[in-house]
Amino acid sequence: MNGLQIVVCGSVVPDPLQTLEPTAGPAGPVLKNEAMLPAVLDPWAGHALWEAAHLAAAVPGSKVWLVALGPKAKLQQVMMVVGQKVPFELVAVDGPAGGFTDSHETAAALAEAVKAIPGLDRSRLLLFGGWESAARGAGTTLALVGARLEIPDLFLGVDALAVREDGSLEVLERIEGGRHQVSVCAGAPAVLGWATGNRPEPRNNPQVGMLNMRGILPALQKARPAPALGGGVTFEAVSLPKQQRETRVVKDLPAAEIARELVAWIES
Amino acid sequence: MGETESAAPEAARQELSADVVCVGFGPAMGGFLTTLARGVVNPDGSTAVESRVAPGLPLQVICYERADDVGFGVSGVVTRARALRESFPELEAAQIPLAAPIAEERVLYLLDPIGASRRSATLRGADRLLRAARFALPVADEALELPWTPEFLHKRGGMVLSLGQLNQWVAGQVLQTGAVQIWPGTPVSQALVEGHAVTGVRLVDQGVNRDGTPAEGYLPGMDVKAALTVVGDGPVGPVGRQLDEVFGMPEGHHVREWAVGCKMVVDLAPDRPAKPGTVLHTFGFPEPEIFGFLYVHPGNVASVGIFVPSWFDCPARTSYRYLQHYVQHPALQRYLAGATLRSWGAKSIQESGRRGEPRLAGDGWARIGEGSGSTNVLTGSGVDEAWATGVQLAQGVLELCRSGKPFSRENLEAAYVARRRGSWVEAEGRVAERARDGFGQGVATGLLGMALSGLTGGKVSLGPEPVPPHERIQGVEGWYEGRIPAAEVAALRAECARSGRPLHDALMDRAGWPPIACDGKLLVSHQDALLLGGKVQAPPGYADHVVFLRPELCKACGARTCVAICSGQAITDVPDGVPAFDREKCVHCGACLWNCSQPLEDGSEQGNVAFLAGAGGLHSAEN
Repeated sequence: MNGLQIVVCGSVVPDPLQTLEPTAGPAGPVLKNEAMLPAVLDPWAGHALWEAAHLAAAVPGSKVWLVALGPKAKLQQVMMVVGQKVPFELVAVDGPAGGFTDSHETAAALAEAVKAIPGLDRSRLLLFGGWESAARGAGTTLALVGARLEIPDLFLGVDALAVREDGSLEVLERIEGGRHQVSVCAGAPAVLGWATGNRPEPRNNPQVGMLNMRGILPALQKARPAPALGGGVTFEAVSLPKQQRETRVVKDLPAAEIARELVAWIES
Repeated sequence: MGETESAAPEAARQELSADVVCVGFGPAMGGFLTTLARGVVNPDGSTAVESRVAPGLPLQVICYERADDVGFGVSGVVTRARALRESFPELEAAQIPLAAPIAEERVLYLLDPIGASRRSATLRGADRLLRAARFALPVADEALELPWTPEFLHKRGGMVLSLGQLNQWVAGQVLQTGAVQIWPGTPVSQALVEGHAVTGVRLVDQGVNRDGTPAEGYLPGMDVKAALTVVGDGPVGPVGRQLDEVFGMPEGHHVREWAVGCKMVVDLAPDRPAKPGTVLHTFGFPEPEIFGFLYVHPGNVASVGIFVPSWFDCPARTSYRYLQHYVQHPALQRYLAGATLRSWGAKSIQESGRRGEPRLAGDGWARIGEGSGSTNVLTGSGVDEAWATGVQLAQGVLELCRSGKPFSRENLEAAYVARRRGSWVEAEGRVAERARDGFGQGVATGLLGMALSGLTGGKVSLGPEPVPPHERIQGVEGWYEGRIPAAEVAALRAECARSGRPLHDALMDRAGWPPIACDGKLLVSHQDALLLGGKVQAPPGYADHVVFLRPELCKACGARTCVAICSGQAITDVPDGVPAFDREKCVHCGACLWNCSQPLEDGSEQGNVAFLAGAGGLHSAEN
């Protein structure tokens, strides 16, 4: 079997454990102090990248690209961490990644970047990404990238992928009821939007970091700006989800009583 | 710690070679890498200084940072920014998020509106006088604004910064050159010492149990060999301290003066806008020994914090609770009423300054930054000094590379140490060297000593040679003698042992400190503060980095200062046992290292706590 050509679409997101406060910017909604917020690799995309690396390691002759659309400075910082985890070649596109871009525009920029990868054999392409990434949870962006690359096979909410001897793919997708749907398709090209998969985050491996470094900095220096995103879409209002936290300070309550209260609260 | 099964196959230790390997990315390393990167590559991208390990390529420079982000730093900073501006002549504060030119500087002496702080008879008399004369003096909101402050305290023309944002900005500038690699999330466990030389560093093992024994996914820390190892891992960095141990301190030098800085970053209330660049220094409250600060950043954001020093002898020294009392002082509430906590952090500061200067260079190694004794405790300035030492080393390194000379002790002393000796960092460090000795005898003597040192260019100082921190830590009963009867202390101990409540909290309550009324905005529980913009990460597969060396010493200890001072509540008391350490909560402030009352009695001045290299900690770029 020929090696796989896996392109992972994945970028940075503001660290979700920081205080994320939407506010109105000159060009539409932005996050308050966005430039100051620490960024992390989008967790969904992270799962896709670890799975891609695992698959590439198992199939000789395979290669992984990471196509990342995000602010260059933030990409640079996060890639210094991600670059130590698994081998990949970075393709960077300089653009916003604050969560207010439109799926269609993001998909167009990503698809152009994929098409421009030198030496990519699109007949052997597996396009990976986070299931709900860059779409505010709608799960639309990756499907639109696939459409622009004319790849008909699309799987979303993927938790496992096995490549069979004949090159066909067995895919486990999440469906209602906490179950998986098992599908088989003839093989690449295919689009797989990953849920969490089953791979833990790999350890930092400085050897891998050194190998990746040869490509990461040049890729960042060559990063082309994405066409202006956000045109044609206006956001009427942005509000935070309702705070669910209710704190009471109660002393000397037995554990059984606390448990009873929690069960009553959940059941209500 | 329970017994653990080793599930690890034999894993080979990887090795790689570089020309220069660096430990820690802070302001000193920022200065070093900024200067070096500009020198190893020509403006047209061609090689100016060739690598010896990769011929044809530019000098191979790798920097390893323990924290998971290059933007990790815990300091609100007010600085003259002399060295920073020399490196970036076009620098405007507006280029760096949260930076602002200094607009006004004020120094306040804070009275105690609660009556719980422990003040000497001299201070109590002074307080009474101030209150009596409050209509004739600039006394308002329980604070006296000093009408005059000595020149050495001023940072005129400087700027207010957030160290996290500065680090992040500098890292971006450095990485853009493409001449340097910075790898965060990669703690260095030790320098590789061969005879009298350092030949590189060893990274920490991964895939290990809490006690460091191999576990699933064991990956031995890689050896990175280099002709030059640059150590800038700060005051509690394990590599710097290892070098102190191996090569010894210079005659008469010691690190005995410390403080833990504990600070909040807050959103000021919209109806209380403050001018960016406003700088407030305070002393006198919550305890006379605890200095404080408030710096206003752009966007109505402020850094507010306190310093709890090693010469504050109270064993019940929980900096977080003291900070909560501090922000409620009426003079601070002028700014902070209605403010909301954004993030929080803590950091140890090496306050011995030049007296704590270790050996600066040896065969194959050099030290820069706070761990090299560059902090100036008289002017209360460290970031710019650290930056300057990094620049000086880089200039020396480039000189040696261009002339083809090896990184020997003699060559580094001529190219780097001599540069440092001839600089303002050295001149001002000498003035400050004994400036704080007076605090060994009390706050009033300390303040007078500082003023005398500053005004006489360091010729006059007050006070004895400082003693190791463990000699200053009193037992709980001793400290509270005359205030809380021993029988009551014993009862509190027993009650806390039963309930799990921290003894230091109970003692502060009993000493008259009111309970903190958490409001969910500025006043939140210590555990909530850890999560508010100060995400704690402790990736699995690393060993514990805080280790209690001799259990019998912990069992015999009645002070438990390590528990009280722990900035993240990561060390908790186990009555009559060894304190428990939770890596998940540790923010790597390093205060436990110098807050142990039990000396090892091995000829060193070390306490019973080992502070090793570890991953995780705070993750907040705005600290």
